[in-house]
Amino acid sequence: MDEEIGGLFRQEAAELMASLERGLLDLERAPKDRAIIDAVFRDLHTIKGSGAMFGFAALARFVHEFESVFDNLRQGTHGVDQAVIAVALRSCDHIGRLIEAPEGAEAASAELLDALRLAASGETAAAPPPGWSLVFRLGRQVLRLGGNPRLLLAELAELGAADIRARLAAIPALDALDPQDCCTGWQASLPATVPQTAIEDIFLFYRDDMQFNLQDAASAPDLPAAAQPPAEAPAPPVPAPSDPVPVPDPAVAPPAPVREAPAAAPANPPVAETMRVETGRLDELMDRVGELVIAEARLSALAQRFGDPSLLAVTEDIQRLSSGMRNATMSIRMVPIGSIMGRFRRLMRDLSQTLGKPIAFTTGGEDTELDKTVIELLADPLVHILRNSADHGLESAEARRAAGKPETGSIELAAAYSGAEVLITVRDDGRGLDAEAIRSQAIARNMITADAQLSQSETFRLIFEPGFSTAKKVTELSGRGVGLDVVKRTIETLRGQIDLASEPGKGATVTLRLPLTLAIVDGLQIEVGGENYTFPLAAVEECVELPPEFETEGRSSSFLNIRGGLVPFLRLRTLFAIREPVPPFQKVVIVSAGGQRIGLVVDRIVGNNQTVIKQLSRLHAHLKCFSGATILGDGSVALILDVPQLVSLGRAQEDRLRDQHGERAA
Amino acid sequence: MTKTILAVDDSPSVRQMVRLTLTGAGYSVVEAVDGQDALEKASAQKFDAILTDQNMPRLDGISFIRKFRDTASAVGVPIVFLSTESHEGLKQQAREAGAIGWMMKPFDQAQLLAVVKKVAGA
Repeated sequence: MDEEIGGLFRQEAAELMASLERGLLDLERAPKDRAIIDAVFRDLHTIKGSGAMFGFAALARFVHEFESVFDNLRQGTHGVDQAVIAVALRSCDHIGRLIEAPEGAEAASAELLDALRLAASGETAAAPPPGWSLVFRLGRQVLRLGGNPRLLLAELAELGAADIRARLAAIPALDALDPQDCCTGWQASLPATVPQTAIEDIFLFYRDDMQFNLQDAASAPDLPAAAQPPAEAPAPPVPAPSDPVPVPDPAVAPPAPVREAPAAAPANPPVAETMRVETGRLDELMDRVGELVIAEARLSALAQRFGDPSLLAVTEDIQRLSSGMRNATMSIRMVPIGSIMGRFRRLMRDLSQTLGKPIAFTTGGEDTELDKTVIELLADPLVHILRNSADHGLESAEARRAAGKPETGSIELAAAYSGAEVLITVRDDGRGLDAEAIRSQAIARNMITADAQLSQSETFRLIFEPGFSTAKKVTELSGRGVGLDVVKRTIETLRGQIDLASEPGKGATVTLRLPLTLAIVDGLQIEVGGENYTFPLAAVEECVELPPEFETEGRSSSFLNIRGGLVPFLRLRTLFAIREPVPPFQKVVIVSAGGQRIGLVVDRIVGNNQTVIKQLSRLHAHLKCFSGATILGDGSVALILDVPQLVSLGRAQEDRLRDQHGERAA
Repeated sequence: MTKTILAVDDSPSVRQMVRLTLTGAGYSVVEAVDGQDALEKASAQKFDAILTDQNMPRLDGISFIRKFRDTASAVGVPIVFLSTESHEGLKQQAREAGAIGWMMKPFDQAQLLAVVKKVAGA
């Protein structure tokens, strides 16, 4: 389990570092762009957070300082210049080394941070820190004899070698290259504190047959300086080619097409056998399956019409195949949310220790399944939310005792289905949100004007805006105002919503509502005024006949009595302004969302179908009652009704009626 | 993945010492009693490193290295030559035959581990 998580972290870190590197490079071009600085900041913050969570303490320490330097830059007058970027890029590489070999690499942290602070202060960098500069090239035969340059590089790294680079000039062209020859040379710089013999000992077995040049960095000015063009930064590790010839070590002696790839890339531990696939590609697969389902529906409609037995047989096969394919495609994407909850336990344990607050962490609804891409994207936001609950939400043990609460704060993470949505809640029993503090902070940060009129929930939502933080001191965990805006953006990407509820002194609850919607859901097709519409079947509770006394629209009542419970109902005909005559025997579809039920009056219930959800165009995206559209078997379009919206409409109507009723009674 | 080391020595006690040291550090060890035995075993299986003695019946260490290096399965397999004789000549011969490293007997467990780690990785 731990290894699996470590592997995942490595993947994640690799992505973050790539993003960080991109950000730094962009910044070089646009040094004053706040959005880029914020993005760099977020990347650093996430690396730090995840790193600390998985026990990469050296990494977290380093990144924390790295982040501080950028924080000063962000607030100070001195802009981000070439020198800063150059050192920042090296620091980015260093992060990679800290992940691969934390013990060996940490020695170089301090030196890099000094350089970073110096560059950020705007003074010219001092002479390069004194130390050893090493250039070496092993014998050509060394790979055949079982020599392993990677092990040598690892030993160098253990001595604190920084800036190990491959020298590729001697690699011949592809047709002249023998992959078993060692043609790569390397260069490295080592701290001055390392004794010369320690360096020489590493090469003990190789010294007789190699080029070895070790000198004081000061006397070796020809070594490319630290600020090398970033294009030379270590490239991703070379994928091992499946080569029938026994190649000693493909990562060390890459076949020539990948000449540019420095062989000095640190050995990557094997990553678990999972693949990260771009969301876009999975979406495309799902789209195609959706099209297939639609085409299949058309085919079976045709086959039914012609009644040809052989055509019907083929149609049945295709039906079976497409439904199998649909299930397979969906199952690729569905994973229980428990798969990410496990890692939060460790996070909370460490948080509890770091913050010195006893925390009881509980989880619920681990078996709630969500689309894999959704789950993956959820991990970061949840880390941020949990961290905020622990750091800002929960009071210290003393404060809790003083407030008459148990010393141990509790944080609960739970997931549950709710109709066509999944609700994920993070509940703490801490001090709750302080609307006044949030407001004054927002004013201080120029996020709102001093006279802005905001409702409580609008005020709460400010904490999800970029640059917001009320923490009095910056801790390793949170409080730089990067983080919660990540949450907001991620949830928005997932078409979800964030709700915040809080009771001062009693705690706060963050609720993430995520659409369960995969691209294909089971739907209930209905007809109103001659048009077809679809409900997500998961939101439908039951269908009943509209009692005759409600046949025509009257003002008498808008409640149905469903087995003793009053359910408000809406007439879709009224809602859609359909003036055609009302057909006899209207039906009521009872739907629920967020634990509330309403009835919707429809003309006719057609039946259930597979609904391939298509997004509405941007022109129609503002429509409140529809969440999308689907294509029916006969090729016509049916709009998908947005159940949560309709439910809140129905509830609003109910409240209105109750108010009127109350007024009359009074 | 566990690394597998071939220990070639005609002395059971040396083999045992090598085996105990290396298995204790997480390696897996295959033993061969002389150069001929080693040649057969090394041709049948790919080892992460081979440690060989010099003076053995049937086939001595340097001859084993030479013969083994002539086979395709020897590519990329590091061989460490263990010798009691401290003169340079033998060491040089072993290198020319295709050994990547050497170690002087007697060696202790720490030295052995350091050398194996150096050539085969941890």
